[in-house]
Amino acid sequence: MSTTAAAERTPEVGSARRGPDRSGPRKRSGASQRQTGAGWGFITPALIILGLFLALPILMALWVSVSDWTGRGSPFSSRVGFVGLDNYSALVTEPGLSRQDFMISLRNTFYYVLGVVPLQTILALSLAVIVNQRFLKGRTFFRTAFYFPSVVSSVAISLVFLFLFTGTGAVNQALAWLGIDGPTWFSDPRGLVHLAGDGLGLWQIDAPPAALTGPSVLSLSPWEWIKGPSVALTAIMAQVIWTTAGTFMLMFIAALQDLPGEVEEAAMVDGANRWQRFRNVTIPHLRPTIVLVLTLGLIGTWQVFDQMYVMTQGGPAKTTLTPAYLSYQAAFRQQQWGEGAAMAFILFALIFALTSLQRFVLRDKDAAADKRAARAQRRANKKGALA
Amino acid sequence: MTRTTRTVALSLVLSASLALTACGGGGGFEEEPQASAPASASGPANLRMLIASSGDAETAAVKEATQKWATATGNTVEVTVAGDMAQELAQGFAGGNPPDLFYLDAARFADYAKNGSLFAYADQLPDNGDFYESLRTTFTYEDQQYCVPKDFSTLALQINTDAWEKAGLTDADVPTTWDELAGVAEKLTTDKQTGLGISTGIDRLGAFVVQNGGWWLNDDNSQATGQEQAVVDALSYVQDNVKAGSFKFASQLDSGWGGEAFGTGKAAMTIEGNWIKGAVKNDYPKLKYTVAELPAGAGGKGTLQFTQCWGIASDSEAQAQAVDLVTSLTTVEQQLAFADAFGVMPSRQAATAQYSEKYPEDAPFLAGGEYGRGPINAPGMEQVVADLNSKLENLSGADLPTVLKDYDTNANAALGK
Repeated sequence: MSTTAAAERTPEVGSARRGPDRSGPRKRSGASQRQTGAGWGFITPALIILGLFLALPILMALWVSVSDWTGRGSPFSSRVGFVGLDNYSALVTEPGLSRQDFMISLRNTFYYVLGVVPLQTILALSLAVIVNQRFLKGRTFFRTAFYFPSVVSSVAISLVFLFLFTGTGAVNQALAWLGIDGPTWFSDPRGLVHLAGDGLGLWQIDAPPAALTGPSVLSLSPWEWIKGPSVALTAIMAQVIWTTAGTFMLMFIAALQDLPGEVEEAAMVDGANRWQRFRNVTIPHLRPTIVLVLTLGLIGTWQVFDQMYVMTQGGPAKTTLTPAYLSYQAAFRQQQWGEGAAMAFILFALIFALTSLQRFVLRDKDAAADKRAARAQRRANKKGALA
Repeated sequence: MTRTTRTVALSLVLSASLALTACGGGGGFEEEPQASAPASASGPANLRMLIASSGDAETAAVKEATQKWATATGNTVEVTVAGDMAQELAQGFAGGNPPDLFYLDAARFADYAKNGSLFAYADQLPDNGDFYESLRTTFTYEDQQYCVPKDFSTLALQINTDAWEKAGLTDADVPTTWDELAGVAEKLTTDKQTGLGISTGIDRLGAFVVQNGGWWLNDDNSQATGQEQAVVDALSYVQDNVKAGSFKFASQLDSGWGGEAFGTGKAAMTIEGNWIKGAVKNDYPKLKYTVAELPAGAGGKGTLQFTQCWGIASDSEAQAQAVDLVTSLTTVEQQLAFADAFGVMPSRQAATAQYSEKYPEDAPFLAGGEYGRGPINAPGMEQVVADLNSKLENLSGADLPTVLKDYDTNANAALGK
């Protein structure tokens, strides 16, 4: 058993018996050498471009975030000093305006992500299932129609939605048919949770309980923290869900088409109804795509900027302020370059942590158990081979 | 080394050398503002100018004026219109390659003066004292005036004459005190129209504060004075009228700014500056309106001034030529030409007589040059002002003592830095 395991481990059984070869560069055939060289040659331009326009600016921004650069001249000049984590602490630990603004932006984006990611995933999945039916007439037309918003420039769509959601715009006129008096969407800073509580009689939105408005947690009162997305932010959320559902719908369609028809038929034969088939056969098959869509959704929503820049500039009353927009504002408008850069890195760390958490939660537990068993086996074999 | 390792090392070395070229030439800039000899380009200079234009009329006028100077002196001037002025200016300074000459808004002035980006040339102009004093003070940082104002606008009260007459009011009823303003606004308020509709923010509310004898900072910009009674009373006056319904903000009237509420008839009066003339002419040509000076408060007459200056970069290599260009752009004739072209008021007192003769309807705006106050021009205040504005957006529901206390805390922290 140990020899077959050793043979599986490496193709060159002879060298495995000798131990690792450290006597010099490994001799390979001429053809494989040329292939390696050609491979590197093809990659190098992309590496240089990525390095110059992606890696280098990120490293420069990292330096700016720990320096006191004021925006004049090169950040690497001798006049610019190292200030350690001052910029980061101004955003997270020191009470002040910078921390208040940053916490407001995190709160706004948290509710934004909470609303947008599930809704856009569910919408994309539903559209994909509908469009994937074999007997639907005009499938191509519907696929194109649903995907179309993703292709159009986000600035153009933002401007159109700006007009749709004005006080006398199309949305409010449609609501008037239903007898609802629509709000002036982009001027309304009231939070949905506050409004819901007001409607349910939990509190009064104009006179909130002192227990909630008194204390200050990270520069905001609990009343401010539980505000929920504002009416203005909800309009932006609607726009973003509509725009990005198309892209994710395509990914789901591709994954759905991968599902073999025989598996569905076998489930039908076993007596599963439509919903049970969907829940127990289709969704597990779609797991990798769902992980992908959720990851991309998380990354995209935490970094939202375009809509804020074009439509609301962080207002009304800072309820559409997001870390990405605040970072731009702090750097270019308020000349606080270090803090702007620090915000970007805190955001990066946050997104990284969240996507790692999401991948962990949605991992394939059976495959993970298999991998662990295989690794334990390999370790046991290694011990056996050396003994 | 294996071939693989060698290639990887080569790519890293290439990237590193590219990085080094990127940060070359970063050192050797002066920290102190240059008060003495300007840099002068030898031979014909090519000046680059960045402007934020209000429209084609302004761009054409500026290009014509610079072209005249260029032909007369044998230099060249390249005028660029900025899409996003703040960003493009910041980009220029960050890259060490700013435009030689640029529009600089009074609200942005202090930050750029503090970080050494500006060349102080105001004392080199022979008749610097002719500019309105309040405008000169707006562009002074640490007792040094850096640049000269190119023009200015002030706030005044615009009244819709049709609504005025319909409410049975006459010329004698034009408000000159706060009580009169409140009374008139109440009379003009109907179901479909509010008496006074203004934009949110301290760029309008500040006028009431000045009228009441207060201001957001003390005279030498070292201390915040938001909690002083004058400021509290001014904001309370507006708050009371908003709660009563005779004053409203543009956002409550589903308008982008006060001028839109005024033009669409949602407000019978508004408080806006000179720019409203062009806006009404273009967008609401049928509107009939008059302009009056803002009413006086407990501290006398007061209004806000908005202005921009001709900024010269301290990194510019042709500062002497730039100063010469500014001198030619700020002559009385040139300022009046700009006024004709795109409706701004000349910042020279010598031009006042000719301007008021040609545009008698602008007398209320022009009068604001005497008693108006420029924007906050202390460095690091932009974030504080933005926060104050966001808290004053819903003025009727705002808790003024808390809001002003927060403002004082934030402003003192920013000024102390």
